[in-house]
Amino acid sequence: MTLVLEAAVLGILTGGVYALMASGLTLIFGVMRIINVGHGALVVLGAYLSFAASRALHIDPFVTLVITMPVMFLLGFGLQVVFIRPLKTDREALSVLVTYAIALGLEGILGYVFGANYVQLQAWYDTASFPIGDFRITYVYVFGFVLCLAILVVLFLILYRTTFGASIRATMLNRTAAQLIGIDVDRVSAVAFGIGMATAAAGGVVFGITTAFNPGSHYDLISRLLTIIVLGGLGSLRGAVIAALIMLVSEDITSVVISPVWASFVFFVILIVVLLVRPQGLYGVRVRERI
Amino acid sequence: MSLARSGDAWKVGGLIAVLAIALLLPAIAPDPATTNVAVFTVMYVGLATAWNIMGGYGFGSYTLGLLLARIGMAGGYAPFLIVPAAGLATAALALGIGWFALRTRAATFVIVTIAFMFMLQLLAENLVGLTGGGGGLSYPVPPWGGDYFNTPFYYAMLALALLSLAISWRIRRSKFGLGLLAIRDDEDKALAVGVPTRAFKLTAFVISAALVGMIGGVYGYYVTYIYPQFVIDPLIGISMVLMVFLGGLGTLTGPVLGAVILEPAQLYLAYNYGASRLYLVFYAAVFLIVILVLPRGIVPSVGRLISDRRARAGPSAPAAAKAVAP
Repeated sequence: MTLVLEAAVLGILTGGVYALMASGLTLIFGVMRIINVGHGALVVLGAYLSFAASRALHIDPFVTLVITMPVMFLLGFGLQVVFIRPLKTDREALSVLVTYAIALGLEGILGYVFGANYVQLQAWYDTASFPIGDFRITYVYVFGFVLCLAILVVLFLILYRTTFGASIRATMLNRTAAQLIGIDVDRVSAVAFGIGMATAAAGGVVFGITTAFNPGSHYDLISRLLTIIVLGGLGSLRGAVIAALIMLVSEDITSVVISPVWASFVFFVILIVVLLVRPQGLYGVRVRERI
Repeated sequence: MSLARSGDAWKVGGLIAVLAIALLLPAIAPDPATTNVAVFTVMYVGLATAWNIMGGYGFGSYTLGLLLARIGMAGGYAPFLIVPAAGLATAALALGIGWFALRTRAATFVIVTIAFMFMLQLLAENLVGLTGGGGGLSYPVPPWGGDYFNTPFYYAMLALALLSLAISWRIRRSKFGLGLLAIRDDEDKALAVGVPTRAFKLTAFVISAALVGMIGGVYGYYVTYIYPQFVIDPLIGISMVLMVFLGGLGTLTGPVLGAVILEPAQLYLAYNYGASRLYLVFYAAVFLIVILVLPRGIVPSVGRLISDRRARAGPSAPAAAKAVAP
């Protein structure tokens, strides 16, 4: 029982990180109607940037976010302008290919610069732990969870309490109508992509401390993130957060109760059952996807 | 009228010439390095054509074909005679997956099929008795060898590529194909005018899967060894989609052209720059250029260029005819 409880707590803590990464992905889908297959590669890029910065400047991995988040924001803005904006027709299908190409390019560049060996971000709290009840929790999971929660709160505040957030939400609801009332949807899209990248940078730090990664790590990551946002409902931030928690908690409990090799299988079963009942996902809106 | 006929004659002549070259290739260039490239190129002609039946005429699943290819590999244990059985097995599996996955549409469908790929890969790794687990499966080594090792595989792949093309051509000219094109353009309107969209999509999916499964069977025998991670190799699956896009989505000749251009280029890059991982960057660059510069593909773009020229020449021709008539 203690084991199950421990697994559940750990699942919630790590679920926070996936919630942050998935919300960037679902935000990008919501605003631009594109599937960013490169999101996993951008998280890995964020992890490598923090890795390089913390090595070069001898600073804590979390502190590197002061540098990497703005850098990733600008990079995302640039990527959107150069590669996503030119797609005028058949956006959904072509965006899969374009962002996949971005992922491949990043994998190649990272492999060239850093090599194919696994690396991991180092900090004093990556193995240190504290007792809680009958088990111990490693500090990094708590710090990561708090960081991701804080960024998620800021993200929600931007979206729901600022004028710019209102124009992002308007663009998500109806791009044409948003354009008609004078919203610069191209700018909104580029900024939204930048925000998505900045959250990927933050997710990348926590991912990089808790997991050993290499340039090819993005395949596993993106498959998990995509299934999270489908379960939550494409374009729904709330759905992404809840689905991420469901995924990580179910995985951690399964690996304790049954076996680690079946961990993600249970999540897929949940996904299938939900999609049989609600093809649009937990919080998705049933819309005509092409008008 | 005569213009159309002469156009058809060119087409038939070109087709025969290409077919003759394809059939005689092992005799023209018998060295194993060349025939190895030829086997893979013809394999991708078949794969891209098969994917086009589903992705180009109807809707897109980017990864499932790859998965089915893998299952086909597992099915194609014994030499080529079992290949049709591999096709049937993958078709049966595709029927089940398709029935479920096609409840969702567009973006969700793409992602659900990705999820399916990872789930079945997980099964493949864990059901050790059936698939050999993470260690993979070995195929029996073919009884022939030496310089002619590649030749039977080349003809097997060529036969499957031609079969895919024949089926693709038949579908294109049928009411079924028309329905698929309607679904691609606007699924809701297609449903409204009475196209049985779900049944059509499922049929296209299953046909496509059967072809990919058969090609996968031959492929597994050719490389003699398969293992679950292999499915992750990013370039195999997405290549066939890129080839279709490069040549022209929803056209008959597009996937063939795309495969013939891209596969040798890809093999060249992988052989020469594979060690440094830089070939991924080259490949990504090719990818981005194709999509940003030629999003419609080569065949439709060239077709439009020709029809534009004809349209410009068109009005003057009847005018000249009128001037002569009285």
